[in-house]
Amino acid sequence: MLKKLFILFLIISIPFIYIKSCSGGGGSYQSPVDSGLENGIFHFGNGSEPQGIDPHVVTGVPEHHILISLCEGLTIANPNGGGNLPGVAESWTISDDGKEYIFNLNKNARWSNGETMTADDFVWSWMRILTASLGSQYPDMLYYLVGAEEYHTGKTDNFDDVGIKAIDEHTLKVTLKSPTPFFLGLLSHYSTWPVHKETVLKHGTIDDRNGQWTRPGNFVCNGPFQLKKWELNNKIVVEKNPHYWDASRVQLNEIHFYPVSNVMTEDRMFRAGQLHLTSTLPSQKCPIYIEENNPDLRIDSYMGQYFYRLNTNNPYLNDVKVRKALAYTIDRKAIVEKVTKCGQIPAYSFTPPGSNGYYPDTEIPFDPELAKQLMAEAGYSESNPFPKLEILFNTNEDHRKIALAIQQMWQQNLGIEVELVNQDWKVYLSREMVGDFQVSRAGWIGDYEDPNTFLDLMRPNRGNNKTGWEDPEFDAIVQKANSTNNQEERYILLMEAERILIDNMPIIPLYTYVRAYQLSADVKGYNPHILDHHHPKFIYLERD
Amino acid sequence: MLSIFFKRIFLAIPVLFAVASITFFLIKLAPGGPFDADRAVSPQVLKNLNEAYNLDASNWEQYVDYMSGLLRGDLGPSFRFPGRSVSEMISTGLPITFELAFYAILIALFMGVFSGVLAALKRNTFLDFIPMAIAMIGICVPTFLMGPLLVLIFGINLEILPVSGWGQLPGDKILPSLTLGFAYAAYIARLSRGGMLEVLNQDFIRTARAKGLTERMVVIKHAMQGGLIPVVSFLGPAIAGLLAGSFVVETIFQIPGLGRFYVEAAFNRDYTMILGTTIFFSAMIVFFNLLSDLAALWLNPRSRDAS
Repeated sequence: MLKKLFILFLIISIPFIYIKSCSGGGGSYQSPVDSGLENGIFHFGNGSEPQGIDPHVVTGVPEHHILISLCEGLTIANPNGGGNLPGVAESWTISDDGKEYIFNLNKNARWSNGETMTADDFVWSWMRILTASLGSQYPDMLYYLVGAEEYHTGKTDNFDDVGIKAIDEHTLKVTLKSPTPFFLGLLSHYSTWPVHKETVLKHGTIDDRNGQWTRPGNFVCNGPFQLKKWELNNKIVVEKNPHYWDASRVQLNEIHFYPVSNVMTEDRMFRAGQLHLTSTLPSQKCPIYIEENNPDLRIDSYMGQYFYRLNTNNPYLNDVKVRKALAYTIDRKAIVEKVTKCGQIPAYSFTPPGSNGYYPDTEIPFDPELAKQLMAEAGYSESNPFPKLEILFNTNEDHRKIALAIQQMWQQNLGIEVELVNQDWKVYLSREMVGDFQVSRAGWIGDYEDPNTFLDLMRPNRGNNKTGWEDPEFDAIVQKANSTNNQEERYILLMEAERILIDNMPIIPLYTYVRAYQLSADVKGYNPHILDHHHPKFIYLERD
Repeated sequence: MLSIFFKRIFLAIPVLFAVASITFFLIKLAPGGPFDADRAVSPQVLKNLNEAYNLDASNWEQYVDYMSGLLRGDLGPSFRFPGRSVSEMISTGLPITFELAFYAILIALFMGVFSGVLAALKRNTFLDFIPMAIAMIGICVPTFLMGPLLVLIFGINLEILPVSGWGQLPGDKILPSLTLGFAYAAYIARLSRGGMLEVLNQDFIRTARAKGLTERMVVIKHAMQGGLIPVVSFLGPAIAGLLAGSFVVETIFQIPGLGRFYVEAAFNRDYTMILGTTIFFSAMIVFFNLLSDLAALWLNPRSRDAS
C-alpha cells in the first residue's frame, strides 16, 4: 500500500513539476500584447467561433473579421468612411444611366497561391453564390443584377442571362436592373467576394457547403493575409500574404483571432495583456470605464438600430393610434442615460442618422398626454382598459433592463399591464417568424452604407419585416428612390418613405447602437467605421 | 468480476440506444431550427438548406438515417459549422477536456484525501475544523465565482499566471485545473473523513494496533484501504461529471474543450452535434461508473467475496 501511495504521489506531482517548469519558476511572463508588438502580431478578440470561412456560405460578424483579412472584393470600404476604395478593381466606370459598370481589374492582383486573378474568377464566383443548391444566405446582395434573381430562383438556368460578363482577362462588365447608387458599397460585403475556382472544385462541387477547401493548407483566396492555422474554439492564425497586390502596405505579420464568447473573460484577457482588441464590452462595465476615463475604451458610431416590432396582425395593435400612443410614452433619453449608459443615441427614425449623409427629419415625441388622447380616440378608457401586452425578448440581461423600463413607462403613462416574456434565442426567433408575439425587441445592423439597408426591410414580402405591416405607397416610394440615379433626389424620396414608416409606427425605434470595445494604445490605423469594417492593411502596431 | 464487466457492457447498449432515440425526438420538439437566424433567410434558401441536410425528410426517415449512420460510427455533419463533422469536433475537444479533467481529479484527490484523512485522525481539533471548513467553502463556492476570483488574484493583481487559454502560454493550465479541482477536492475531503472515521473505530484496526504496528502503518495499510472506498465509488460519476460539466470552467478560461461544444450546440439547434455529444457523454458516464464499481469491488474484500 505504501508503494502504491508513493506511485500515486509521483503521478500527482507530474503536472505540478510541469507547471513549475513552464511558468519559469513563478516569475511574470511577457504578455502576448508586448511580444506582439515586437513580432507584428495583432491579438484580436473575435466574439465567437466562426461557422466557417467560405464567404458564400457563412454569415456573421466574427466571420467578417476573418474574411476581410483573407479575401478581397472588387472594392474595399474606405477606413475613413465615404466612398469605397479600389480592391481587386483598380478603377471603374459607370454608364450615364447608372446601370452598367465596367471594372478594370488590377493586373497585379493574385491569389494566395500566386496565380493571377481574372475577370472570369468573379463570373464563376457570382455564379456560385446564385447557385440555389449552395444555400448561400446572401444571394439577394446580387439581385440588383439583371437576371440574377431569375437564375437563383430557377426561372432560368442559363447564367449568360445574368448581368455579369468578362470582357477580357482583366475587364468585368456588370449590368444592373436599375441604377443602384449603393452598388459599389455592396462589393465590400464578403458575400460578393471571389473564391478560387480550382481549389473549390478540387475539394467538392460548386454547390458543396461542406467542402474541405477552407482548411489550412487547402485555402486559397486573395486578401492581404493567408490562413496559417485553425485550432477549433481556440484561435485562428493568419499570416501576411506575399502575393497580395498591395503587400508593401501590409505591416502586420500575423493576426491571431480568439473566439472569446464570454465578455467577462474577454475583458480579463484584455486587462492581462492577452488581447490588443476586444469584440465588445461587458455592458455593466461601460459606465464604469467612462467614469474612470479608461484610455483604452473606444465608443464609435455604428450603423445599427435597437427597436421594438409591433405585430400589426394583432387586433389591438392593428390600430395606428395605439401604436403611436405606445411609441409616444417611451422616454428614449431616459433609456440611454439611465439604462444602457454607454453612449447610445436616442432614435427617432428607423434609419440611423448620418448613414452616408442621410439625416431623416422624423420625430417621435415623448408626450404622455398626447398618447393618452390617442388611446382615448382608439376607444380605450378606464372603463374599457387596454388588454395586457406582452413584450417578447431573447434571454439577455440588457434586453430585460430595457423591457423593464418600457414596462414601467407604459404602465405609468397609459395604465397598460405589461408582461415580459424572455425566451431562448431560437425560440424567440421562431416565435417572431411565425408572428406569435405582440411586441418583440429587435435590432438591425446595416450591411452597406446606405439608408436602403434599413428601409428595404419594411417593404412587403421581406422576410425580416415580421410586423405584418404593408404599405403600397411606402413600397412604391422606396422602389422609385432606388431607380433614380440622383442621390439628392433619392434621399428626398427615402425621407418621405421614412416619414410614412414613422407615421404608421409598425416599429418603435429606441436607440442607435454604438460600438463599445477596448483597444490597446499600441494599435494604430484602427479607425472608427460606421459598418465596423477595418481593413487590416491599414492597421499597424507601434508603442504609444 | 469479468462476468460483471461483460454484463454491464451488454446492459449499456440498450441504455445508449434509448438515450439516442429519446434525444433525437426531444430536440425535434424544441422550437426553432438550426437555420433560424436574426437575419431571416428567404423561404427558397431555407428550402435549399433543409434539402442539403436531409431535414426535408420525415422525422422517422431522418431517425432511421441517423441511427444507421450511428451504427457505422458516423455522427453526421455539424449544421452550425459547415465542412466539419461531429466526430471531428468531438475528437478535437476531447483530449483537452480529458487533460483538464485529469489534472482536476489529481488535484482533488491529493487535496481531498490528504485533508480528509488528517481531519479524521485529528478529530475535533483545529486540524479537523479548518480543513473541513475550507471543504465546506469549496462545496459552496461555485466554479463561476472561484475561477474569476483566482484570475483576479493570480492573473490580474499578481500578474504571475495567464488568465485564459490552454497550452498557449506558460502556466495557463494551472488556474483552470485548480478551479475545477477545488470543487471536487471539497467533496472528496468530506467523503474521506467520513469513511476513515467509520473504519478507525472497527475491530481490525484495534487488532492492528495490538499487533504493535506503528500508527502510520495502521492508517496507511489498514484504515485507508477501507476508509477510501466511498471516495473510489464517488470517482466514477465525478470523472464523468468533470468531462460533461467542465463547460463553465472552459468558458471562463477560454479552453477549447468539449463542454463548450455540448452546450453551444443546444443553443444553436445543431441537431447532430447535440446528439453526438449526448451519446458520447452517456457512454462516458456508463463507462466510468462501471470502472469505479469494479474498483470498489476490488478494494472491498466483502463485496468481492459476495460477487
